[in-house]
Amino acid sequence: MNITKSNKLSNKLFKQNIDVEPIRVGFGRGLLEAGKKNSKVVALCADLTESTHMLPFKEAYPDRFIEMGVAEQNLVTVASGLSAVGKIPFATSYAGFSPGRNWEQIRTTICLNERNVKIVGSHAGLSVGPDGATHQMLEDIALMRVLPNMTVIVPADSYEAHKATMALANKKSPAYIRLAREGTAVVTTADSPFSIGKAQVLCSGDDISIIACGPMVYEALKAALVLKHYSVSAEVINCSTIKPLDTETITASVKKTRRVITVEEAQSIGGLGGAISELVSSRFPVPVVRLGVQDRFGQSGEVVQLWEEYAIDEKSIVKYARELVKKVKQR
Amino acid sequence: MTIKDLELKADVIRQDILKMLTHAGSGHTAGPLGMADIFTALYFDGLLNYKPNRPDWPKRDRLVLSNGHINPVLYVTMAHAGYFPHAELKTLRKFGTRLQGHPERVRLPGIETTSGPLGSGISQAAGMAYGMQMDGEKLQHVVCVTSDGEHQEGNTWEAIMFAGKYRLRNLMVIVDRNNIQIDGYTEDVMPLEPLSMKYQAFNWHVIEIDGHDFEQISGAYNQAKAIFEKPTVIIAHTIAGKGVDFMEFDYRWHGTPPGKTNIAGDPPPRDQLRVAIHELRTLQGKIKSEHEK
Repeated sequence: MNITKSNKLSNKLFKQNIDVEPIRVGFGRGLLEAGKKNSKVVALCADLTESTHMLPFKEAYPDRFIEMGVAEQNLVTVASGLSAVGKIPFATSYAGFSPGRNWEQIRTTICLNERNVKIVGSHAGLSVGPDGATHQMLEDIALMRVLPNMTVIVPADSYEAHKATMALANKKSPAYIRLAREGTAVVTTADSPFSIGKAQVLCSGDDISIIACGPMVYEALKAALVLKHYSVSAEVINCSTIKPLDTETITASVKKTRRVITVEEAQSIGGLGGAISELVSSRFPVPVVRLGVQDRFGQSGEVVQLWEEYAIDEKSIVKYARELVKKVKQR
Repeated sequence: MTIKDLELKADVIRQDILKMLTHAGSGHTAGPLGMADIFTALYFDGLLNYKPNRPDWPKRDRLVLSNGHINPVLYVTMAHAGYFPHAELKTLRKFGTRLQGHPERVRLPGIETTSGPLGSGISQAAGMAYGMQMDGEKLQHVVCVTSDGEHQEGNTWEAIMFAGKYRLRNLMVIVDRNNIQIDGYTEDVMPLEPLSMKYQAFNWHVIEIDGHDFEQISGAYNQAKAIFEKPTVIIAHTIAGKGVDFMEFDYRWHGTPPGKTNIAGDPPPRDQLRVAIHELRTLQGKIKSEHEK
């Protein structure tokens, strides 16, 4: 497998003892560091301070932490007002509630109003597990991606969440960052490059491009390893910035492989799959198989069960990749 | 300005509102006319601190218009205050204009927030007031103008609860209590009373005024600035369509401009602007218009 060296991925990749940490923990560390570097960074939370990992920030900077109570519409609009007087607010809740409940406020008072507000949606995706469909936010990527002026980031692991949080604090624009609750394999390292708008080719290949985001990046990498045994050379791309999309990196990969699979823990309608399909259909039309939740709601269960049921786990990626390679001749 | 001068200023602002709406061919009439006295007071009675030639002056007071659809009164008042040329009022709602159908901050300097969808102005104003308090400098005031109908939005009450908790003393809300909304009278559509008791229960200082009495407007404004332990709401009882007899108290004039709609008992559409302007010029018959001199 051609792991791209410049990405400085974990040396425990594919090993049993790979570090596992919830992505949201990285956000908590990033927020603390961003707050240390810039006194304009403020944090708002809607009654979920501990589980969104904002406690370290709250303890370090109590005067810059605002408890909003269970009121997500007020959460983002107060953040808009704080931004109007020069603050850099991180408005945090579970993705199901924010941006699930307050989309119009985000549209009008943040995006159209061009306010420098960061919306942080934790506990997104199927991996919330036992909490069930109400709390498994699957539509957030689509909801945020269609908004003009909005940046959308889905970090692959806790390191990337840390870096993305820091980067967003320095970028003057509305942004949405999506976090998962469960422990996620730590694929990258402190030294891995990250910049907003840049997708990373984690391993290069010639037969198929597997483009993934969030916790699915590790599933894609594991799938690529298995595919190698079937003589399929897969290129794995970590597309952590869904908007603005890294059209250059993705188009270059697609032109080479002519076969695309997208993998996400979200509705593939409008999600990463939607974004990639829009790009591919206009730049270099080739078949795209979109793995993600297919126009259904989630349900209670363990993460592995859910990823299998909704066909986004390593095994599913291998299966659909092999089918695609068989079906579509490259030249 | 003397009260007499303020009244004359408000009268001219009302005339400009009607002219620009007629020219635009769409837009809201009743609300802007009803709020003309309060906007005149805010900008010309020394209430708001502002510099029209420096709309982003950091020490300015912030005026947040929550019910964006009454923006004709804001635009006209801003033009009179010198934010932009008076002639630009004719571009209201036209392609390429800075005077969008609902106010957009990014397009027109001097507008503090983009608004139109109801219920999120108090939150934004509260965020501004909170942010100013964090910086601990000499506080500017954040004034949020909101409608009574907006108090049917849940977001409004989230904001009222928040401002009460954090005792945002530099936040002032002015409620345009004109009792009308698109579907009829507020108390028929979704009753709001007892509105002042609701605010009191959320830990606000409440002042009720006649929204057409300049002494009461400035008195309430200064009292609100002096209240140090909590935010203040000024419930301003206003007459929708104020100044034009056939528009006053009539919810059918909420969302239509002069010259567009046949309303039983009112002048025919082609005469509506002329009759309304004549009424305003004569202050409803109290003085002779310049045409009759």
